[in-house]
Amino acid sequence: MSQEISGATVAADALAQEMRPRPKVWRNAANFCIQKPLGGFGAIVTVILIIVAVFAPQIAPYDPLRAYTSLVFASPGASDETEDPPVKLWLGGDRLGRDVLSRLVYGARVSLYVAVASVLAGVTVGALIGITTAYFGGAIDLIGQRFIDALMAVPGLIIALVLLSVLGSVDAGGGFMGLAGLEKVILAISVGFIPGTARTIRSQALRIKEGDFVLAARAVGARDWRIILRHIAPNCFAAYLIIFTISMGWAVITEATLSFLGLGIPPDFPSWGGMLTGATETYTSVAPWLGVFPGVAIITVVLAWNFLGDSLRDVLDPRMRGTS
Amino acid sequence: MQTYILKRVLLFIPTLLVVSLLVFILMRVIPGDPALFQMHSSLAFSRVTEKQIEAKRKEIGTDRHIAVQYGSWLWGMTHGDFGTSMYLDEPVSDTLSARLPVSLQLAVMAQFIALAFALPFGVFSAMKQDTWGDYASRIVTMFGVGIPTFYVAILTIYFLVIVFGWSPPLKYAELWEDPRLNFQQLIFPALALGFYTMAITARMTRSAMLEVIREDYIRTARSKGLMERPVIIRHALKNAALPVLTIFGWQFAAMMAGSVTTEEIFSIPGLGRTLIDAIGRRDYIMIQSLVMVVAVMIMLTNLVVDIIYAWLDPRIRYS
Repeated sequence: MSQEISGATVAADALAQEMRPRPKVWRNAANFCIQKPLGGFGAIVTVILIIVAVFAPQIAPYDPLRAYTSLVFASPGASDETEDPPVKLWLGGDRLGRDVLSRLVYGARVSLYVAVASVLAGVTVGALIGITTAYFGGAIDLIGQRFIDALMAVPGLIIALVLLSVLGSVDAGGGFMGLAGLEKVILAISVGFIPGTARTIRSQALRIKEGDFVLAARAVGARDWRIILRHIAPNCFAAYLIIFTISMGWAVITEATLSFLGLGIPPDFPSWGGMLTGATETYTSVAPWLGVFPGVAIITVVLAWNFLGDSLRDVLDPRMRGTS
Repeated sequence: MQTYILKRVLLFIPTLLVVSLLVFILMRVIPGDPALFQMHSSLAFSRVTEKQIEAKRKEIGTDRHIAVQYGSWLWGMTHGDFGTSMYLDEPVSDTLSARLPVSLQLAVMAQFIALAFALPFGVFSAMKQDTWGDYASRIVTMFGVGIPTFYVAILTIYFLVIVFGWSPPLKYAELWEDPRLNFQQLIFPALALGFYTMAITARMTRSAMLEVIREDYIRTARSKGLMERPVIIRHALKNAALPVLTIFGWQFAAMMAGSVTTEEIFSIPGLGRTLIDAIGRRDYIMIQSLVMVVAVMIMLTNLVVDIIYAWLDPRIRYS
């Protein structure tokens, strides 16, 4: 009898196991790609970018800092048989004879690292400000709003430029493998994300704050911070995710712009924006392709993040259309 | 409406105070004595005495209490005195009044070009939805949003060099002295600068038009036998103009940022280039004044956009 029961229990347990909704990650991802082909493209490019960035040392054919003097401004596919082992630069050599392909591969690392870190920092701080000011209201909201207005009145790129001028340029020490010293650039870019995020999240939080579950939480005596972190913040997560993805493209563009201007990332660092420095002066006549490949890389990645962000917004929260 | 405008203008005061406070504090966080730095650039640095440094501090005013410095900077700005540039040794307001018009002209030209292309593109795209023309226009605008402005400028220069054998102008031609040459020098930078705005405005026009042409009043207009052109222009576009206007107005801020690289690449003596130069020279008085000017311009544009918004749509009543 007891055995029968236990057998039934086991069967029921197995059934429950079977019936428990499994997270259908792969199927959901596949559905997303079919419904939103552009979003799928964005996701695939993002995955490729991450792989290239993580495995840069394995993927890059040569050392991005090694200058082959015989291959200065070499055209794509040029090779030098006298080197040991022979060198063939698929995308040509730059003004010091460094391999453009290897620099592009390592540049993916800088681009991804700076973009993820700055967006993570800026959007998180912005979201926290938005939620807090919405929740407490009153004087806190009033002061917070003025700060957001002030940051909104200055474009993100100009904020980044001014901050970098104050922080001083990044010292190249520490080696680029570990990407030490990029914190200044990350900090400078991240501030630009704060006002927009704070404003969008604030309006979301104002709506959520009126929900019955917040009232219930308050009725059982939950403290303010508990309500903010456990009840309001999770409900803003979809918006957070959307803003995060959409901001990534802008972060890549800003990083490239700062590097192009020679501010922030030191010129030896392989970064896509930095590779375009001087493209208009000498390259046009000597080696026009040098201005092409990094640009293609930047555009592809920015478009990918934009597509991914737009598709995520359509899937997760169509009401946010047109907010950013 | 008047009370709304008054309220908004009054809100300028606290916002600008916060901007000025933030930028002022930032500039004072930097280690190093501006007086010492300024003397550094002079040749006879090794013979500078403590007394001379004191005198220099007095001259540029850094010997005073920090609150006094902030107060006098603020007070000066209210009547157009931004202080003296630490590098150029001339009033910042002189530089600003020489370079602001250049940037404004570039921005206005870029905005104009952007709108001139964006409206037809967007309307065409919406009217011919899902045809190859629509796809072509959507691909162009999609790229426009993904390309950094500085890269558009680089590509423009590539084009100019290949087609015209272009080389950077030796001297910037003033609008009032040589309008023809001035126009020649600015038209391509304006195209490059306006590309992003064009793309984003065209996308907005398309989606706004697609929404509007499904409205009842468009069907009514068509059913009463109106020709397609008045239906689109007078009924559809007029109603689609609101969101387009908003996003177009916001683009002014993007343009201020974009002008930094565009002016640098095309060597145009505007505010953006001045900012880059000032950052290179650590000319902090210049940097903080430039930030204030940009902030004021962007806030004014936003206000103007909101007022036009209410004027175009009588349903909107700000209170």
